[in-house]
Amino acid sequence: MQLLVYGIINSITLSLISLGFALVYSISRVPNFAHGALYILSGYLVWIFLNKFAGFPYPLAIIAAIGLTAVVGALIYRFILIRIRGMEISEIIATYAIGLAILEGLRWGGLRGGTFTLPTFVGGSINFLDVSVDYQRLIIVGVGILTFILLYIFTRFTKIGLALRGIAQDERAAMMLGINSDMTAIVSLAIGSALAGFAAVLLLPLGNIVVEAGYNVLIFAIAVCVIGGLGSWGGTIIASFIIGFAQLLTEAFISTHYQMVVALLAIIITLLVKPSGIFGKQKELEERV
Amino acid sequence: MEQMRKERIDRGLKVRTEGLYAISSYREILYLMGPRLLLIVGVLALPFIFELAPYWKRVINIMFVYALLALSFDFLANYVGLVCLGGAFLTGVGGYFSAIYNVYLGFPFYLAIPCATISGAVLCTLCLLPCLPLRGVYFAIVTLMYPLLFTRIIEALDIFGGTNGITGVDGFPNQYVEHYIIILVVIGFLFGMRRFVNQDIGLVLRGVKDNDQSVKASGIDITRMKVLAVFVASLIGCFGGAYMAHLYMWAGISLFALDFSIIPIASVVIGGGGTLVGAVIGSFILVPLSEILRAFGTFRIVIYCVILTGFIVFKSEGLMIYMQRKYHQFERWVKV
Repeated sequence: MQLLVYGIINSITLSLISLGFALVYSISRVPNFAHGALYILSGYLVWIFLNKFAGFPYPLAIIAAIGLTAVVGALIYRFILIRIRGMEISEIIATYAIGLAILEGLRWGGLRGGTFTLPTFVGGSINFLDVSVDYQRLIIVGVGILTFILLYIFTRFTKIGLALRGIAQDERAAMMLGINSDMTAIVSLAIGSALAGFAAVLLLPLGNIVVEAGYNVLIFAIAVCVIGGLGSWGGTIIASFIIGFAQLLTEAFISTHYQMVVALLAIIITLLVKPSGIFGKQKELEERV
Repeated sequence: MEQMRKERIDRGLKVRTEGLYAISSYREILYLMGPRLLLIVGVLALPFIFELAPYWKRVINIMFVYALLALSFDFLANYVGLVCLGGAFLTGVGGYFSAIYNVYLGFPFYLAIPCATISGAVLCTLCLLPCLPLRGVYFAIVTLMYPLLFTRIIEALDIFGGTNGITGVDGFPNQYVEHYIIILVVIGFLFGMRRFVNQDIGLVLRGVKDNDQSVKASGIDITRMKVLAVFVASLIGCFGGAYMAHLYMWAGISLFALDFSIIPIASVVIGGGGTLVGAVIGSFILVPLSEILRAFGTFRIVIYCVILTGFIVFKSEGLMIYMQRKYHQFERWVKV
């Protein structure tokens, strides 16, 4: 029972982490290797607001941090990625370099050790199906599911959301209908970064803010996205359930150290068997040469 | 208003030296040989120039290791189209293999390094095999993960000395062997790779990068080509790692450090992608810079990343291509 409950929580955590990466990749075709860095950046911003400015209310700090992260994402596109759009090698190197710069810059700026923690939203825990679950984790599950629903509504029923999907499906046709490709890419990076920041705000109260978490987040986000099929949102959620439960099972029966091995094995098996992922929207012929 | 534009014209000397007239006079011969000889002689003389600065002589060795890694990255990225974000994977595997051969099996260093290079390259190629039939970002993703993964495995299983690493690896008999092994290997690989990419197989590899469908239509197996390219690149990287294990007389988790992934990328971007020489020159600039900035700790990585992004965005051709242009062509303003 414990396995089931925590499996679900773990899976929702993973999908929250990877949703931003999946969204950016599906819309603008930019593999955002700075994703993990934006995650940590957002957590650190909240910490700064709370600890350096006395009397800053927690909700406001969260909103400000997520907003700032979104702005950073948009700026990354507007000033750097826009110039190298379509040059795959440069895109990968540039986003990777930006991510490293943010992470190692934070480490240099003093983000070391276990002193950086965020308070949980609500303390305490309840017994749920004989399993003790703290409220923070319940909030994660609730908010996570709410986020999926909101994103679904946003992409199906709002004008910007439809534009994003249009660009994702067929860039040239969408441009002919007057959708600005660069503008949507900026929006997608802003939303993707905001989602990373959102995940950070929800998840970081459970642990410390450490730079290493940035690399882990990036790797798990990528693993989930590859298994679900790069560019497919439904696949991302399914894949995060697969990886989430697989991780918990390895943790329960083997050892915590193997979590990353599981992720990588899953990627390799996916690449060998079905490279476009579980729900890959891309045609397999295009991916496979 | 009169409008002017800049015109670039090949120097007469360059045009002549491309054909039969290359050996018509010493001037032509010098024009062709000059830059190459300058590089070779300069590189060979480096240990003597820094004779009185033992610390910097250590740095020279590291610099050449990074030059090797940059060479391997440049070859993979600009001739095959595979972006390897995990140069550290190659050095780590090479270094551990060499240490294992040396310490556990008792091979002397002149046997351990070549064996480690080859078996390391085989292992790296096997590890990367699943993503080679695919196009797109998969190669970058998988190479990003491997160094972290291997670190975790070594920590978790506590094999090969665990977090302490393998100690007691043989060093080199004397300083000159230490310097000249790596210098000669860098020169060898540099000119060897230049040959390699200009032969038919290099053309096919560039075809794989630019238009894989047409290569496939010519009846050439793309995956086999990519496997070959990754194997060659891994050979270069694993040699660097194996050499480093003997240089430090130790192989540990820090062989998988981030530095080995990011500095070669930065060197290639600064030096000019696709020139191979540029990769080497880029690391000659970056590694001493990184030694000067040693006091800043991890802030160095931030500096590389900023330089890297700046070059990608504003000066994507890199230094070497710029210098080649100045060497081969002259510019003048003409009326439109």
